[in-house]
Parts: sequence; C-alpha cells; structure tokens
Amino acid sequence: MELRINQKTYQVDADADTPLLWVIRDDLGMTGTKYGCGLAQCGACSVLVDGNVVRSCVTPVAGVVGREVTTIEAIESDDVGKRVVSTWVDLQVAQCGYCQSGQVMAATALLKQNPKPSDAQIEAAMVNLCRCGTYNAIHAAVHELAGKGEA
Amino acid sequence: MNVRIDPSLQASALDLHEPINVSRRRFLTGTAVGALVLGFGLPLGTTRVQAAASATAERGTQVPAFLEIRPDNRVRLLCPFMEGGQGTFTAMSQIVGEELDADPATFLVEAAPPGEAYVVMENGMRITGGSMSVRMSYPVMRRLGALARAMLLQAGAQQLGVPVSELSTEPGKVVHAKSGRSLAYGELAERAMDLPVPDPASVRLRDPSQFRWIGKPVKRLDAYDKSTGKALYSIDLKVDDMLHAAVQHAPRLGMTVGNLRNEDQVKAMKGVHSVHRLPGAVAVVAERWWHAKRAVEAIQVDWQEPTADSKVRPMPADFSSDAWFKRLAEDKGPAKDDENEGDVAAMLKGSKTLIDATYHNQYLNHGQLEPPSALARFNPDGSLEVWLPNQAPDMFRADIAKRTGLDLSRITLHSPLLGGFFGRHFLYDSASPYPQAITLAKAVGRPVKLIWSREEEFLRDVLRPVAAVNFRGALDADGWPLAIEAISATEGPTEALAGKQGEKLDPTALEGLSGKSYAIPNKRIAQIYVKGPAMLGYWRSVGNSLNDFFYESFLDELADKGGKDPFELRLHLLRDNKRLTTLLQAVGELSGGWKRGPFTAEDGSKRARGVAMASPFGTETAVIAEVSIENGQVKVHDIWQAIDPGSIVNPAIVEAQVNGAVALGLSQTLVEEAVWVDGKPRARNYDLYPILPPARMARVHVRVVESGEKMGGIGEPPLPAVAPAVANAVATLTGQRVRSLPLSRHTFT
Repeated sequence: MELRINQKTYQVDADADTPLLWVIRDDLGMTGTKYGCGLAQCGACSVLVDGNVVRSCVTPVAGVVGREVTTIEAIESDDVGKRVVSTWVDLQVAQCGYCQSGQVMAATALLKQNPKPSDAQIEAAMVNLCRCGTYNAIHAAVHELAGKGEA
Repeated sequence: MNVRIDPSLQASALDLHEPINVSRRRFLTGTAVGALVLGFGLPLGTTRVQAAASATAERGTQVPAFLEIRPDNRVRLLCPFMEGGQGTFTAMSQIVGEELDADPATFLVEAAPPGEAYVVMENGMRITGGSMSVRMSYPVMRRLGALARAMLLQAGAQQLGVPVSELSTEPGKVVHAKSGRSLAYGELAERAMDLPVPDPASVRLRDPSQFRWIGKPVKRLDAYDKSTGKALYSIDLKVDDMLHAAVQHAPRLGMTVGNLRNEDQVKAMKGVHSVHRLPGAVAVVAERWWHAKRAVEAIQVDWQEPTADSKVRPMPADFSSDAWFKRLAEDKGPAKDDENEGDVAAMLKGSKTLIDATYHNQYLNHGQLEPPSALARFNPDGSLEVWLPNQAPDMFRADIAKRTGLDLSRITLHSPLLGGFFGRHFLYDSASPYPQAITLAKAVGRPVKLIWSREEEFLRDVLRPVAAVNFRGALDADGWPLAIEAISATEGPTEALAGKQGEKLDPTALEGLSGKSYAIPNKRIAQIYVKGPAMLGYWRSVGNSLNDFFYESFLDELADKGGKDPFELRLHLLRDNKRLTTLLQAVGELSGGWKRGPFTAEDGSKRARGVAMASPFGTETAVIAEVSIENGQVKVHDIWQAIDPGSIVNPAIVEAQVNGAVALGLSQTLVEEAVWVDGKPRARNYDLYPILPPARMARVHVRVVESGEKMGGIGEPPLPAVAPAVANAVATLTGQRVRSLPLSRHTFT
C-alpha cells in the first residue's frame, strides 16, 4: 500500500491491520515514535493524521492510506511544531525523554487547532502519561506557547 | 559498532553511536569488576572493602579512558553512569568541564563500557542507583577534569616551546598571555592524550567560589534530542541482518514449557522465521516484531507446574497479595533488632497512654515507559555484542559470561539511554530479556532484537517489596513521645535477590524506620524476616518508599493522642538538631507558614495540610501537602518540599528531580498497586495498572537548602516524605487515619 508520511510517499508491504506504529518503526526505520503500551493507554506513540493526534499503536495502517501522517521526525518542518520543540528545550521539559515525542505531537496538535488554549483546554488535551513526572513542565510549556499564540 | 541509523537523524544523535575514533588505541580494554559489585546493597563485604582500599588512589585517573577531545573542540566523555532522565550526563559534564576548563555545552556524553577504569565511586562500586552517582564520584570526577587540563597544558608547553608555568587556560583553550598566543584544546588533544597522566596529587582543584558551571542551572545536554525523537534507546537500535523476537512467558514463574499444541500453525504464520522453547517461555523470531508478537501470542502452550529443582523462585498458584498482607500483619516473629535504645518494653508496660497500630503497603511495578529489550549479535570471530538497558554494566557482562561461557574480553556490552528506570534495570534473574535474546541469536545465527511487550513486562517485572509494621508508642505525662517500637514483617529487596545473609539484617528492608533523627528516648526497630513468593527488586527510594509512610504517619498518631500539633511535635523532637530544624522551618516558610487546617480554600473546598520528613540516601527532606476530597477521592493541590542534599551541582535538575519524585510518590499514594490473585498479576498493562495521570499531579514548590554537610543523593530522596504528608493531611481533613496505600482503596467523605 501507499502511505504519505512527512510529505513523502512510501510503498509498504504490510497487512491492513498492522498498527501504524510498527510500520513506522520497523518497516520505515523511523524510531522517534515510541512503543509504550500497545493499548492506547500511554500516548508515547502519538502521531498526527491529517493534523489530528492519534495513537499509532492501535491505528491500523490501512486506515491512514490517503491521509497525511506526520511523525516526530518532521515536527520541526511545521511552524507550530518548531515552536513547541523550542519551548520544550527552553523549559527543559524532558527527563528520560521516552514519552516526549508523543507529548510534543500532542501539544502541536492542540496548538494547531487552538493557538490560545485555556489551562482547562490544555489539561483536557495533554493526557499522555509520563513516568518521570514531567507533567508540570509540560503544562508550563504549553501554557507559555498558548500565551504567545496568535488569536 | 555498525548500528544502522535512520539517515534523517542528525549529527548530534549520530555522534553518540560513532565508533570510537582518535583515542581508540588508548581506550582501555575493560577488566572485570563484577566481583566488586556483586554485593550491591549489602553491608560492605571484606572483598569489596579490600578492593576499594587498594584502588582508591588511582580511581578515575586513566584520563584517556574517559575523555576524547576532537579537532572541533568537542569533548567526548565516557560516563561511568547511565542516563535515564536523572540528568547525570549533564551533571558529569559540569563537574569534569569545571576542572578541565571546557564549557559543558561542548560535551558529548555516552555511557562507558564495563571495566575497572570506570569504577569512580568512593564505595568501590559501579552502578547507577542508590542516588549515588554525583555524590560518590564528585571529587574523583573533578580530579579527572583537572588531570586532563594538566595534560593539555603540558602539551601546550611542548607545542609553543614555553614553560608550562607561563600557560593558563580559558574555556576550551590553552593560553600564553605573554605572547598573546593560544591553542584550542582540539589542536592539542592528540599530543596531550599521549602524555603520561600526572601524579593525581599534583593537580590543584578550582576554588568553589570560582565555579562557572558547578552549582549553576546548566541546560541538559539531551534536551533537544529528546524533544525531537532523535534520542536512541535500546528498543530503537538496529544492526544489519537483524531479526526480531517476541516471547510468551509462563503465567507463573517456575512453570516450564510442555507441549505446543499448535506449533505447526504458528510456524506457518506470516513473517515467522522460527519458534523456540526457552526456560519458562516460548519465543517467535520473525522479520518484523509485530509478526513475532502476533505469532507468539497465538501459541497454545501446555505449561507444566514447577519442579522441585526449579532454579527460580516459583510462584504458587494460590498466591494473593491481599492474603499476603494479612499473613504479614499476623506474623509474631521472632524479630531481630536493628535499633534498640533505652528500655522500650518497660516504657510500654508502664505507660498510661499507649498507642498501637498496624500498617502495610502495596506491591508496585516500575512502569518505566520503555519496555525492556535486548539486541544480541554474535560476530564472525565468535565474540558477542549485546545492547541492553542496565544500571550496572559490569554485573550484566559478568552474568552474560557465566551464561554463555565466553570470556569477559569476548563480550561487548553497550548501554544506551534508558527510557526510565527507577530501579528496573538491575540484575534480576528472570526479569530481563537479554538471556533470551542471546540464546535466540545463537540459535538462528543472526542478530536478534527481543522486545518484551508491555504485557510480558508486567508479568515478569520485579516488585517493590511489601511490609506489615506493628507499631506501639507510649507518651509521657505531658503528651510527648516517650517510646516507639516498630516491628516490620517483611523481606527486603537485597535479601530477596541475594538470599538471606545469615543473621545480618538487610538495610534496604528497614531504611526509613531505622535512621530517624527524632529524639525519642526509647526506641526499638526490628524485622521479622518473612520470605515471600514474589520476585522483588529496587524501586525508586527503595525501603524508604514504604517505611517513611509508616513511621511518619504513626508519628502523627502519637501527636494526635498527645494533643500536639504535628509540626510542633517534630520541631520539639528535633530541638537539638540544627540542620533538621532549619529544614522543617524552611518548608513551613515555603508553604506560607504552617497551617494545618482544616480550612476553606478560595474555591470553597475544605482542605487540610500534612507534614512529613525523611532522611534517604544522605539527603534530608521535609514535605507539606495540601489536600481536599473530590468525589470521594483525595485531591492533592500542592506539595511544598524543602530538600537539603548538603550541596548541589545543578539546581534546575534538582528541581526537576523533585518534581519527578513527587509524581512517583503521589502515584504510589493515590492510585498505584500491583494486585496479585491466583499467582498472577491482575494488571498486564496501564489499563488496569493506573499510574499517575497529568490530571492528578500537584503543583510542586521546591526549596533547596545547602547546609554544606556531606553531599547527599537527589534522584530518590524527594519521594519518601510525599505519601505520609498526604496521608497526614487526609487524616486532619477527614478524621480518617489511613494505614495502607494506595488511597484509591479507601473511600472518603
């Protein structure tokens, strides 16, 4: 099947129900998207599909044919994503870093749809798990980005 | 090392996996230090003491084993410690860079291979744990930087033809002020690293008042790579010709593989390369991990009950965690004393006011987000390379040597970044995938990367230990504590791993009950050793993670009974301890002044605050928590924490570690629990094993108090006082004294 990922076209030989995560990681060799639970519980595998954040570990690859997938590898090609990364670095959000690809994707999706989310909207959108406990830093980073958002 | 990396990854990530270049010939080949470290956590054994004593002078002086300065002036540091989020790579670059006179931002850091050269801690061990890395290697790592700087100065003198006494350094360069000439470190490194290492006693360390980087909030070196998916963990690695593997473990440890009822069908499944029988598990090797996982989960195995000669700790079919807590609580001994001062028995007998209570805690999983994996490759010359998450490379390499019969020199161990650890990646028999990966790589004649699915991880992860503690306390006529007795029925993690060490107590079983600073004239802390069926391990802050909850909660019970305010009670019991009095007052101030409540907050909710203290890993901590009840469950609004680790290297990382430890502390307090029923864990994923979600995080306020006392740890110490501070606040708010965790097991009104 043919996939559009990070504005490139890939031919992939995978069963229709293979999770997008494993196609990205093993077939295409892009390992920035992480496997944490395989059950849409943790969000480490978050990617954007047509701009919406989805959990690629439970997304059948056939479901994204004809759609535009964005992974963390291309996040800085996106203006919003670039600002998210820059703020993530400025605020020193990451600890072990394993969940942070997913956190950055979730923040980017939120800010693309709503450049000035309220704190309540940030809380509703930023639900990925972090075992290192960087939640306050994540919230501060998105809050800061929201403050700079264009109305 | 031939790891294939996606070409889209940029230079910064690639550099960490480049083969060692310029200095390779000077890098030392590893030698065994396994014997030194096998007794981790146990009281220092004779062998280790002797080895440590004999090695002290030379420790951390083999400069070329640690440092490579590249022509572009970047400094590559092979770090004795693993980076798993705690910031040790950055801290080490600050410490070495300070004395080397090189900006930490120019450092590229990766984990050093196994080998004696990298044993830099004062206790003679090489592990990443016990919150030891910075505090136990600080002088040695400073000296390492100073030695390297001396070598660069010497090389500069040769190259410029001037006396070394006329030279000085500025960050990244040797300067000859007289002639206005300077040479970048990168220009001198080749010559410098060929010079003999100077006498360690000959270098002078920088005066702390002149520090540029130590003590400053230097930015983490890994922040960008970790915000862009470029950081590589074990699970991400790939080598040429590699196959993928997945396993299905026996439902209970100790069971063995019987008949595979559908082996032929599984072999015919898409992508399957081969099906394998392993000790206590079956495996599928495939071209893709997804195929391996699907196939291995489809295997119908006739698991056999454990045999009498089982080499692992067999899990009985009737084991239940709730029944185990009950059994611990009812155990009457015999108990062995760890602390015994005054005359506890007489005081308890003679006291008019006696308080007794029994507490217990829960089993926990590590729940690090990166599932365990291992990549094994046999090279054409028969040598073995393994990439795996670990906190103790020499111990792992020694274990691999034992399992394979290969000489240590034939085993190359790589230690990638850890996707969280919290104690998960010590050497735990049956709890790591590398023995399986090695067996499979051998069997198929190709490199194999084995990933444990989240479900397999929850099945085989080692558990945070549990205890039931029977407390008794007596008050004097004025209501102050006169005697306290704590008898813990438990098995500590170290004695669970290494076996009971004769009559010796396991300090990791009782830490947090023992070692309290309160001036209570009569005290007895004792353990009833109860060997259990569960595989146990170290979990962030180890014994303190449970024992401080018990002790600090019971202390509030004594305060209540004596009609004392719990903050005032602690000040009273610490009246002769200046350091802890200062710390307790600091957290009081930080919270805007001690205010117990209950009180009504601005939003109309009824709230209360609790206080608790802990003394883990050489650091002192004091915590105040503010709580309310929402829909029958506890909501923690704020955590104020004052922490005194003596002195610190990076205040920003300290604050991040306090936040992280508070999160894990809240997680075990509010929601987290590994429940076992019928010999099996109820949860095999985060759906039934909740870990703290963002919505339940508290605001965290940190004050670092640098008393100047001996440097303590940072990664674990901020955790233990969180649970009792919350439980004490809950008791004030609701009148309900919680004597077990998590709070989600209780209902509040």
